[in-house]
Amino acid sequence: MSAGFNDNEIISNVLKGNQAAYAELVEKYSSYVFSLCIKVVRSREDAEEIAQDVFVKAYKYLADFKGNSKFSTWLYTIANNTAISFLRKRKLNVASLDNEKVFETADMNAGHNQVIMAEQKSKANMVTKAINMLNPDDAAIINLFYKGEQTLEEIAMILGIETNTAKVRLHRARTRLKEKMETYFSHEVKDLN
Amino acid sequence: MWEYIDGLSSAEEKILIENLLQTQQEWGKKYNELLEVNSLLTSAELDAPSMRFTKNVMEEIAKQHIAPATKSYINKNIIWGIGIFFISLIVSALIYGFSQMDWSSGGSNTIADNLQKVDFSKIFNNTWVNAFFVVNIILGLFLLDAYLSNKKKKFRKEA
Repeated sequence: MSAGFNDNEIISNVLKGNQAAYAELVEKYSSYVFSLCIKVVRSREDAEEIAQDVFVKAYKYLADFKGNSKFSTWLYTIANNTAISFLRKRKLNVASLDNEKVFETADMNAGHNQVIMAEQKSKANMVTKAINMLNPDDAAIINLFYKGEQTLEEIAMILGIETNTAKVRLHRARTRLKEKMETYFSHEVKDLN
Repeated sequence: MWEYIDGLSSAEEKILIENLLQTQQEWGKKYNELLEVNSLLTSAELDAPSMRFTKNVMEEIAKQHIAPATKSYINKNIIWGIGIFFISLIVSALIYGFSQMDWSSGGSNTIADNLQKVDFSKIFNNTWVNAFFVVNIILGLFLLDAYLSNKKKKFRKEA
């Protein structure tokens, strides 16, 4: 990370023609963007391709970033839209908020893998696995709130929804995550306490 | 309670929840559960892309140019120019139309009556008027095309 340079200063440098400075933004946000993409498309290869596309798009249209919001909010909006467009192009079904059936298979697999998972005592690993069991909408909103450091207003902007809807979705996502953790990781949670 | 944990609840809600936490055991139990989920979420790890990710992006953007800001494409002068062009066409048509009206004939002076007296077929059958409109529209479109082509060239040069 560049010493003392904030996002807007880096962007200003890039716009002045210092293309190499863009690498700092890529380094800083690659994990956030990749995580968001993988939560939506559920494939490492596709997520990496989409994340790369997101950074290329962001570079191409960097002059359109006016600094009215955080750069991360603008970038996540591009990431979310690109990932959703990718899914539409591939004609994959994006699970709706209430459609749990799509992830029944994932839940069952998780059940079979409980023994293996029990060996992985890392809290972080366990939560990541629980998040991956959620539907893409839930996983994305949790990722944006906890890892992307976005406020509810910013999440609403990224997902193109009302702030109150974002609040309700976050609440539902956390409740579902808690249920998943209680179902599949209750032993691990106890062990960790 | 999530709002309380996130620090998003109002002062009143905060006091209410703190009271409930102190007095109601059930609330205390629920609070601890949610707090545990919250701390687990905060500790969750991010998925990381491959080691070559940044390099791949930088190689890809080396082939790209930053597009000029969208605002520059939508030049207000163009919008005003088009607006003025069409308004002047409408106004000139109206002026010509009203000048053809026989204001002295007829007893009634209401606008509806006066409009009925206008012989629109006379206006639009007039070869010179039609020619005037056609030439104006064609010239306007030529000007607009030339202006936009120049802008496009300028943007390409800048990019």
